[in-house]
Amino acid sequence: MNTSKRPNLWLRNMSAKVAAVPMIATALIVFVGCSVWSVVYSFTSSRSLPKENFVGLKQYERLFSSNRWVESVENVFIFGICTLVFSLIVGFSLAVLLDQKIRFENTFRTIFLYPFALSFMVTGLVWQWMLNPQLGVASVVRNLGFENFEILLLSSREYSIYAIVIAGLWQGTGLVMVLMLAGLRGIDQDIWKASRVDGIPAWKTYLFIVVPMMRPVFVTTLVIIASGIVKVYDLVLAMTQGGPGISSEVPAKYVYDYMFGRANLGQGLAASTVMLSTVLIVLIPWSYMEFRDKQEKSV
Amino acid sequence: MNKFKLVMLSGAWCAFALGMVHSQAVELEVTHWWTSGGEAAAVKVFADAFNDGGDVWADGAIAGGGSIARPVIISRILGGEPMGATQLNQGRQAEELIEEGLMLDLTELAEKEGWRDFVRPAKLLDSCTLDGKIYCVPINIHSFQWMWVSLAAYNKAGLEPPADWYEFVASSQALRGAGIVPLAVGGQAWQLSGMFGTLFAGLSGVDNWRKVYIDRDEDALRGGITANVWRAFGDARDLQAKNNTVQNWNDATTQVINGKAGAQIMGDWAQAEFALAGLTAGKEYDCLPGLGIAPVLDASGDAFYFPKVDDPEIVQAQLRMASMMMSAEIQVAFNLVKGSLPIRGDVDMDEANECMNKGLAVLENENNVLPSGDQTFSPDTQGQLEDLIIEFWSDPDMDPADAQAIFADIILDAD
Repeated sequence: MNTSKRPNLWLRNMSAKVAAVPMIATALIVFVGCSVWSVVYSFTSSRSLPKENFVGLKQYERLFSSNRWVESVENVFIFGICTLVFSLIVGFSLAVLLDQKIRFENTFRTIFLYPFALSFMVTGLVWQWMLNPQLGVASVVRNLGFENFEILLLSSREYSIYAIVIAGLWQGTGLVMVLMLAGLRGIDQDIWKASRVDGIPAWKTYLFIVVPMMRPVFVTTLVIIASGIVKVYDLVLAMTQGGPGISSEVPAKYVYDYMFGRANLGQGLAASTVMLSTVLIVLIPWSYMEFRDKQEKSV
Repeated sequence: MNKFKLVMLSGAWCAFALGMVHSQAVELEVTHWWTSGGEAAAVKVFADAFNDGGDVWADGAIAGGGSIARPVIISRILGGEPMGATQLNQGRQAEELIEEGLMLDLTELAEKEGWRDFVRPAKLLDSCTLDGKIYCVPINIHSFQWMWVSLAAYNKAGLEPPADWYEFVASSQALRGAGIVPLAVGGQAWQLSGMFGTLFAGLSGVDNWRKVYIDRDEDALRGGITANVWRAFGDARDLQAKNNTVQNWNDATTQVINGKAGAQIMGDWAQAEFALAGLTAGKEYDCLPGLGIAPVLDASGDAFYFPKVDDPEIVQAQLRMASMMMSAEIQVAFNLVKGSLPIRGDVDMDEANECMNKGLAVLENENNVLPSGDQTFSPDTQGQLEDLIIEFWSDPDMDPADAQAIFADIILDAD
């Protein structure tokens, strides 16, 4: 019989499996278990303590009829799209510029990466001061003689979220640049020689040969940026506290406020469940595609 | 007498003297978060009175305000290292400490001195009471429902100062014409929701306030009185400076002091700012409790708690301090400096300024006293209302009627 010839699949590499058990258990209990717990309790009317009085979709109805939540979702989309597009474009461009075998490369790399060493809290405060309509950059320019100069990013309802985008980009682009630079350095020099022999201009080589080859680097970067977008909270707290009004609220802040400040666990968990399912809706088809590609390749 | 004997003798005297001091004077550490100029001066009144009684007040001021001081204070009590006495807000957090048996029971002292007879309004003592026992000393009354008017600004514009909110709104165009911002506002959420609450109480009066906030009566919520308040809040929104960037309440008060703004709606702690700037009530500034329309004040305040200790001498000193804080003369002296109102109904406030007297007159009648928002709604509902208020305030296109509809829904859904 087949089974007598091949050892049981479950018993192969026993030591490796035993070693992986703690990690698997952690993943199951902490990530899956707690996520399931959150989803279950989002259907209850729990106040400050979890209670099993189920109320159906009530929390979700309230969630989507709340102006603040709708505004939060819009804001995280604006923040997400701007951050994704600009940090990838700017990060990649900076990496390409640094890749030109320039002098003082180390110095520039340090300068661009430096903001990443600051926490979002500090970043937010620094930018809040700089964009302050009375004290910040605006006042410096006014003192130079442009007396009507104003920066009203932080005090305007329409643009306050863009002030947060700017601060986020300043903080995070350096990391994207370094990741991209590592990717560029991983490209075989022979490819450059070959493209030069063929007379292909450098920008075309970058765009049509190097970028497709850097696919794994882009995927890694994308995951890092995307997780930063979903959980953006402290930057908003430090810069605007969600204001003016509710114009720069984000979902993570909504969850936090309701779970801790306002003692409404059910509402907070409903919001976090919506966040989780949005991420899953994006993630599952994407990872499915990635997974299928690999299978086809291996065949 | 040789040197050795001399040393021995003086040593013995010292030990004796120290022993004497120890048996009489007890050093109590008092923690609080009153660190601004006026507040520190008020604390000194307590400290001097306590020291005069033969004890020692060891000041433990914690800088950075209540939100920073409270966790420090509570963790020290929970960690078994209690101070002698501490400022703390009445409410859930203190309640838990009392239930754990960590706070000194003051009932005996209170009954002996008859606190129930003279503390006014009585709800101040009620919020110190748990299961019929008294655990804290209320020391002053603060309230939010005040409008502060800059007489300098009105003089400059050549206008009669307003006697109530409606006259103020009517005069706002002329103020703008004279280059004065009608209403000074700090943009923080607590100030906006406080201002809304003040408009509600002032314009609609205690009875309607009770219908909406306590009975949650649908007719009142959707009716004309509430609509009137939302329209007034919309007026206030238009009366602030264009592109207003002021955040802190005292920065807004400074605008009123300088005559750059016509008025501000803010709690009576603002009065300390006027006093600090050397302004006199009735001369350079005026005050309108309940916006000059309905005589209403919410009468919340500060309180001191005494953590429980085993040493009977310390307990005696704690009771001495509690008694001192409650005594008539200290109440007057302290509150004159603090700018707040005394919690005793039986004291003379001859030195009180015009605004304090107005406040005292309102408090004469217990029906003018509002319960505070903490007692009426859960933090969840308060949060929703706050979101609505700041959204309305920052969005000039939001219609008062729409806001009123959401407001009614939130309160009707409240648990």
